[in-house]
Amino acid sequence: MAAVGGVAESDLGIVPDKTYLQMMAEASHEALGEAGLTFKDVDGLFSAGGDDYAATMRLAEYLGIRPDLTDSTNIGGASFVAHAGHARTAIAEGRCQVALIAYASTQRSQGGRQLGRGGGVRGPAQFEQVWGLPLPVGAYALAATRHMHQYGTTSEQLAEVAVATRRWAQLNPKAYMRDPTTIEDVLQSRWISEPLHLLDCCLVTDGGGAVVVVSAERARDLPKPPVWILGHGESHTHLGISSMPDLTVTPARWSGTDALAMSGVRREDLDLVELYDSFTITVLLTLEALGFCKPGESGDFVRGGRTGPGGDFPMNTNGGGLSYCHPGMYGIFTLIEATRQLRGECGERQVPDAKLALCNGTGGVLSSAATVVLGRG
Amino acid sequence: MDKPYPEPDPTTQHFWDAVAAGRLDIQRCRTCGEHVFYPRGSICPHCGSLGLDWVTASGRGVVHSFTVVHRAPPEFAGEAPYVVALIDLEEGPRMMSRLLGVDPAGVAVGMPVELSIGGDPLLPYFVTRRS
Repeated sequence: MAAVGGVAESDLGIVPDKTYLQMMAEASHEALGEAGLTFKDVDGLFSAGGDDYAATMRLAEYLGIRPDLTDSTNIGGASFVAHAGHARTAIAEGRCQVALIAYASTQRSQGGRQLGRGGGVRGPAQFEQVWGLPLPVGAYALAATRHMHQYGTTSEQLAEVAVATRRWAQLNPKAYMRDPTTIEDVLQSRWISEPLHLLDCCLVTDGGGAVVVVSAERARDLPKPPVWILGHGESHTHLGISSMPDLTVTPARWSGTDALAMSGVRREDLDLVELYDSFTITVLLTLEALGFCKPGESGDFVRGGRTGPGGDFPMNTNGGGLSYCHPGMYGIFTLIEATRQLRGECGERQVPDAKLALCNGTGGVLSSAATVVLGRG
Repeated sequence: MDKPYPEPDPTTQHFWDAVAAGRLDIQRCRTCGEHVFYPRGSICPHCGSLGLDWVTASGRGVVHSFTVVHRAPPEFAGEAPYVVALIDLEEGPRMMSRLLGVDPAGVAVGMPVELSIGGDPLLPYFVTRRS
């Protein structure tokens, strides 16, 4: 058994005066502090991103950690949810006792996300990058068009996701975008890559976070109630969007099945879900892949604001990547929010008596997925 | 910024040479007979066998999905709006391309298209195909 013992965000939003390493360090310091631990206790280290090469070596050097277990698995935005699963496995095998998962990015202050790249293109990417598809949004737009064609999904249904998520953000003082928004606002916002409008797309912010996972033995000493990792799964189906086997089926179909089976938790017993919402279409496809509704029915599923505050399917309760923060790879924030909800710390946005949560990260262009099921002790 | 262009390697040189000669060449597995795109060198991703042969595709296909790009990457900014599509080739594989000479509002999934090599760099674009 392994439990989340501490979580923290770094500064969020626009952070021009700190490097991503400092932000990771500060979030890690706070998350460890919440668990009653210090950097000296960390024997398992997990990170991805930053300058990409050797993420854990860079972070360990910066923090003064010599880990017994190191894992720089980078499967895009799903990485940190996968790390939580890897940490559980490592702890179960006795390879480490205190695992630190950390991420931060200053992509906003560095001038926004990369939408393309000039010059010579090597390898399989040369069959995609030459066409001017803006990434990642264009790839998600291709999936959205296909879903609309196959199932009659509408822009209004996509917009429901953005609107419900914004309503959660209005209850989260840390959320970047808190103005009320309507379906009409989403539909009237400018096209980025049809059928996705500006407000179908996640934010571009700075930010970071850290999650501490500890063994059952260590969990006894936690100052706060432990949040147990009950099950996990991960998979990927492609890297480039041209190679996605089915544009409407994300690898959450497999990561979710594995995580739920391992946990023994039934979907109907979950109190909330935290899904990576890089784009509104990501959420619809993930709901189907995780089996919360049948293929093609996600548009109906989210109708009437049922995923928003007061609805019967609380989802992305921090305001998500769409409205709260999105520093390049969002996955770690699903773990942070689910942990706080299960501890009952979420104030105005608290889901009453939340006991079980599911987190799902998505990486690349619907390429990878990682799922964990969390339960309060 | 320069527009991205393909940098051929030992696996993809044949494909780009064929494009320069006006053909869309793809690979076919000697063992299972499945067509392969993008080029894989020697190992079939369908059955894992060694041995892929180059064959010339018909150049006919249908639109599997598409997007009208409005916020283009900086090096393509002057060209927006334009249509990037995934094309299901008659032989089976799916590839990305750009649709030329179409009204973005008139593009639909399932629309028949055919190869139209052109541009600088020279690339395998697609255009509307009658029937």
